Amino acid sequence: MKAAPQAEPLQPASLPGMAPPPKYKRYAGWIVLIAILIACSIRTEVTPYQLITGLPQMGSLLAEMFPPDWSYLPTIWAPMMETVQIAVLGTSLGALLAIPVALLSASNLRVSRSVSLPVRMVLNLVRTIPDLLFAAIFVAVLGIGPFAGMLALVFFSFGIIAKLTFEAIEAIDPGPLEAMSAVGGNRLQIIRYAVIPQALPYFMSYLLYTFEVNVRAAAVLGLVGAGGIGLLLDRSLGLFRYDRACIIILLTLVIVLIIDYGSALIRRRLL
Amino acid sequence: MNRRTSLPPSGTPVSAGSALRSRIRFGLITLVVIAVYWWSIQGMHFEGIQGTAGTVSKSILTGFLHPDWSFVYIPDGEDLLRGLLDTLVISVLGTVVAAVVCIPFAFWASSNMSRGLALSGSGKLVLSVIRVFPEIIVAILFIKAVGPGSFAGVLALGIHSVGMLGKLYSETIESIDRGPQEALIASGANRLQVLRYAVLPQVIPQFLSYSLYRFEINIRSATTLGLVGAGGIGTPLIFALQVRNWNRVGIILLGIIVLVILTDLVSGWVRRKII
Amino acid sequence: MIEFDHVSKVYPNGTVGLRDINLTIKEGELVVIVGLSGAGKSTFLRSINRLNEISSGEIRVGGQSVTRAAGRQLRLIRRDIGMVFQNFNLIKRQNVLSNVLSGRVGYHSTLRTMLGWFPKPDVAIALDALNRVNIREKAYVRADQLSGGQQQRVSIARALAQEARVILADEPVASLDPLTTRQVMDDLKRINREMNITTVINLHFIDLAREYATRIIGLRAGEVVFDGTPEEATDEALAEIYGRPVLKDELLGGVS
Repeated sequence: MKAAPQAEPLQPASLPGMAPPPKYKRYAGWIVLIAILIACSIRTEVTPYQLITGLPQMGSLLAEMFPPDWSYLPTIWAPMMETVQIAVLGTSLGALLAIPVALLSASNLRVSRSVSLPVRMVLNLVRTIPDLLFAAIFVAVLGIGPFAGMLALVFFSFGIIAKLTFEAIEAIDPGPLEAMSAVGGNRLQIIRYAVIPQALPYFMSYLLYTFEVNVRAAAVLGLVGAGGIGLLLDRSLGLFRYDRACIIILLTLVIVLIIDYGSALIRRRLL
Repeated sequence: MNRRTSLPPSGTPVSAGSALRSRIRFGLITLVVIAVYWWSIQGMHFEGIQGTAGTVSKSILTGFLHPDWSFVYIPDGEDLLRGLLDTLVISVLGTVVAAVVCIPFAFWASSNMSRGLALSGSGKLVLSVIRVFPEIIVAILFIKAVGPGSFAGVLALGIHSVGMLGKLYSETIESIDRGPQEALIASGANRLQVLRYAVLPQVIPQFLSYSLYRFEINIRSATTLGLVGAGGIGTPLIFALQVRNWNRVGIILLGIIVLVILTDLVSGWVRRKII
Repeated sequence: MIEFDHVSKVYPNGTVGLRDINLTIKEGELVVIVGLSGAGKSTFLRSINRLNEISSGEIRVGGQSVTRAAGRQLRLIRRDIGMVFQNFNLIKRQNVLSNVLSGRVGYHSTLRTMLGWFPKPDVAIALDALNRVNIREKAYVRADQLSGGQQQRVSIARALAQEARVILADEPVASLDPLTTRQVMDDLKRINREMNITTVINLHFIDLAREYATRIIGLRAGEVVFDGTPEEATDEALAEIYGRPVLKDELLGGVS
């Protein structure tokens, strides 16, 4: 917001720095921000007052969630596992798709611009669509079920992994690339012996990271009918069985935490 | 990973034992990976796919190629522009609320601001508990509590972002230079004055930058909030999907893509100005 | 002005920082502390404004006990003691004037300083302080755009804006090149003379100490092993402080 006062080193006539810079610059950003906030508040009728009155209602809802309905646990186990399955397959297939795209997008691999530019554009387009939107679309196309959810995650993970990996490839040490070109390696050989050894640990790390994100995402895919635990959550909430919703949320948290922990453990060994 | 375990560090002579051990490890990892995939594929019910998928795909494609331009602006009703505006507004409010609310949490969770590791550790724990709830679940709970609409969306984005931003903020606070604080203490400043003149000037630009980054993420999330009834463009989208109005789905997706790209550009520009 | 009365400091791990120090620094003196690294120079300096606690004894500044002061009283004592650091300790992305003004927060209420509204006279004091170190024209430039020597002058100006009666400088030239080292030392010397501000400086270079000090104090393992005029600080006397002859890298060289 605060425009950095630029040094004006060579202005002998006006004695630079002797007078304070105009103040309007400093305040302009804040005034714009406040104006935007007021406009937003009017548009959505969301006011600080509502914020304060809404929170107690949230509290009473939370109160209804306890004690959780433990007897529901066996019923939700299979859908929970389905959620993990969706995440595993979605992440892996997305990662497979991401490899060629990342290689084609990286500017240091000397791919012709007529290929790399369109590839990057498609990548950027895919990245604008959130996971749940993909899921809603695939459910409409393929019908309700985990397959639609998996496809949604394939596209979603493809966007994340391709972006992160191509940035990692662009950041690799150019030395081995030159060495391989110098010994007369063709492009595939360069990739195999100079790029992959350097980029693979990053790729694996991003894969695991995306898997963590996807387990969370898969847990809510069911809300739009794309399989997994989300469907039961939606149903429990629809029937006002907050004690059941609670046990679903708790189990999800436990699974997410276990996977986060395991994945963080492997990632630390990779990098 | 496999390469790493199968290749001994260069320069050390390979003993037969270690080569065998790494080969066994490689084999075990491969087995585990195969088992995980086999198990995962069991979960997909491929027979569940509609027989009409082919024709549906075709109509979707034609729908996307012929978007329903009339939906962009309807003088009195729910149109694309209003939906996108709501989405934008929800993410602005959610981000700003979170950017402010998470500040005390961030100081609480910073090991160099809280007295004692137990205190900062408890702050970190609270933030990570907040973080694990996906915003869409928070949104559903809020819809049950305060009714459907933008308000639930703002709160959902806000709460989830508090967890995310609080973590990033507290890492910023932990990385600041201790020197200016010492200089302020040496000049006779009290605790609040040290905070105001030595800590805040160092962290505020980074806070703003992280908040803008969060805003970019929130605008994507906000487009999905409407799918569960928490306001914004997702609501007309889910209706259009349910009635299979593909031309309308096409124009809505187009609108979302344009909105996301535009906000990314603006937010990136502002971020460069700050740093 | 500054009195050390049987001051000792023992760190929790048993290391002795200061051992039974008794001395008085008079008003207007320019004292340079010399000694090997780890001899307790920094501990000595930082205990004067109680950035470091001492284990026993008492330190008084201007007749007031630093050791017994607490809360507001301690802050008022600190307000009268300016400090200059090796790494300048400026807010790098703020402009020079804001950095200098931050030295004045001790004079105002918490509420007023939270809003950042400094009265006009304070701005005049800050600009005057910048004038004294010859960087008035940099007032509205960001601190990170200045050279190391200029940044150190800003931090001296901050101490001046504080209207301090004592200035402590902890290795003020250790991260500067030889030329700017002399400029910064000249500034400190001039301020000491013109404004009669008692100045205590830790230095690594002993030829600088001889050139600028009115009094040299040598520390070894937390003990005062030398206390005299620069003329008395002969190479033999210094060898006593260091426990060995003076090394080449302890001389800045190029005395003009």
